[in-house]
Amino acid sequence: MAVSSTRPVPVRNNPRFYLSWPWRITITYMTFMLLLPVAALFLRAATVSPAEFWQIATSPVALSAYDVTFVTAIIAASVNAVFGTLIAWVLVRYNFPLKRFIDAAIDLPFALPTAVAGLTLVSVYSETGWIGSLLAPLGIRVAFTRLGVGVAMLFISLPFVVRSLQPVLQELDIDVEEAAWSLGASRIQTFWRVVLPPLLPALLTGVALGFSRAVGEYGSIVIIASNIAFKDLIASVLIFQRLEQYDYAGATVIGTVLLLISLLILVGINLLQAWRRRYEV
Amino acid sequence: MRSNALSGDIVAQNKAGSQTREAPWVRIALIGIAVIYLSLVLFLPALNVFVQAFRSGVGPFFHNFSDPAFINAIRLTVLIALIVVPINTIFGLCAAWAITRHKFPGRALVISIIDLPFAVSPVVAGLMVVLLYGRSGWLGPTLEALNIRIIFALPAMIIASAFITMPFVAREVIPVLEEAGTDQEEAAKTLGAKDWQIFWRVTLPNIRWGLLYGVILTNARVMGEFGAVSVVSGNIIRKTQTLPLYVEEAYKQYESQAAFAASVLLACLALVTLVLKEILERKTSIKEVE
Repeated sequence: MAVSSTRPVPVRNNPRFYLSWPWRITITYMTFMLLLPVAALFLRAATVSPAEFWQIATSPVALSAYDVTFVTAIIAASVNAVFGTLIAWVLVRYNFPLKRFIDAAIDLPFALPTAVAGLTLVSVYSETGWIGSLLAPLGIRVAFTRLGVGVAMLFISLPFVVRSLQPVLQELDIDVEEAAWSLGASRIQTFWRVVLPPLLPALLTGVALGFSRAVGEYGSIVIIASNIAFKDLIASVLIFQRLEQYDYAGATVIGTVLLLISLLILVGINLLQAWRRRYEV
Repeated sequence: MRSNALSGDIVAQNKAGSQTREAPWVRIALIGIAVIYLSLVLFLPALNVFVQAFRSGVGPFFHNFSDPAFINAIRLTVLIALIVVPINTIFGLCAAWAITRHKFPGRALVISIIDLPFAVSPVVAGLMVVLLYGRSGWLGPTLEALNIRIIFALPAMIIASAFITMPFVAREVIPVLEEAGTDQEEAAKTLGAKDWQIFWRVTLPNIRWGLLYGVILTNARVMGEFGAVSVVSGNIIRKTQTLPLYVEEAYKQYESQAAFAASVLLACLALVTLVLKEILERKTSIKEVE
């Protein structure tokens, strides 16, 4: 729409070839900053022969890293699905002291740098830490184990379910619940049959976003884990280690696998959100 | 991701008023479980940053500030933010304007592409930058011939930080721009205002809170970015070390006092970010209530 003031271009004549300044900036920036780096990764991956690619992508170390990354992320996202729903419910439905403060604090994992999160989690959950020292007598070790990876993922994916459920819970009509009670349904039945179904699309979106964030997390995990292969080594740290050894082919292959999986998750989240919108209409 | 703090509270009060059905013990139990869980995952770790930093008193804490490596890390962190935040703000504004003011096929795709940096692991983002500008990378030979150093130097850290935070401003501004509509802009146009005048006097005032929100998020993420910067920086002490890298380095060297001193600064940055976020959310929700 924006027509340069010096030389008015009749937009009707050649709408195809006229681009306004914001467009030019957007396209240039995205090409150089986004598409070129992605292209560089794929080009480098293309120089690896398919047989070699497959061999690196499915090597035992890589498979174990995917396992630690994705399985732990699914568990962390599921735990946060339960507690996130509970927290959102409590924040929307009840009044209690410090509610405002707690509500604002939920966003802390978005704002706190991951290196700081890792440092403080390892100190709290180490055997001399506040929580770790209580768990040590029970034989539970958190820091430098896969459990620590899980705790870091819990921290990082906490806000997503809470934030995606809060607006839906606020919209929820309480009359429907009251109708269910007056018809003799118990609280638990009401929750399962009346409250949960309309929350489901938002809940799934929140879980998917949290999962995606946990899969991509690096900073806090590299600090809290021992980063030993087959024990608690995640895919991101494996890529970093490959780069440190100047094994560019190895880093590229595992990076490509991770990127493709992340893209799949992104597409899934977009489909979920489209489904949600249809649900709302 | 935004919670409407204010309107939410009003709703909550109304709801809480009509919520006399549950037994008090159920309510207390649920609140208790929520608070315990949040304490284990969030509050205790956050509190621990400050407790650890001042464990041996204020003297040792401030002693860390005389460490040249620490001062340089602060300087570099601020410098990168000063460069990346304005660049991504301009890009975000342009992208949001281009996407909302034109109907074209593939809009959803463009929005998804802009979101891409959110989906990739920061290490993969750093890897991409290395494969593009590194010595054995795609543009490596060209850069070498021109004697330009990008990897293991400041330019790569700027590029990596810009990549990671690219979507923030655009994402926050797109919904606000769509809501504002084009009527006022078109009215200004018919009254003979120039493009930049329209932007400055009509568009910008309409989107200022959303824009500021995006800028604050961008800044917090740039200053706290660790993974991508760690891959491309080479982490040479005093030369290419940002605060988050300093934290990790100090931790690895078992200098936990120094690591926590730097962490306190970054934690304060996070707290300021949260407070500003809260204020902006209230501002926007007040506007919505009106």
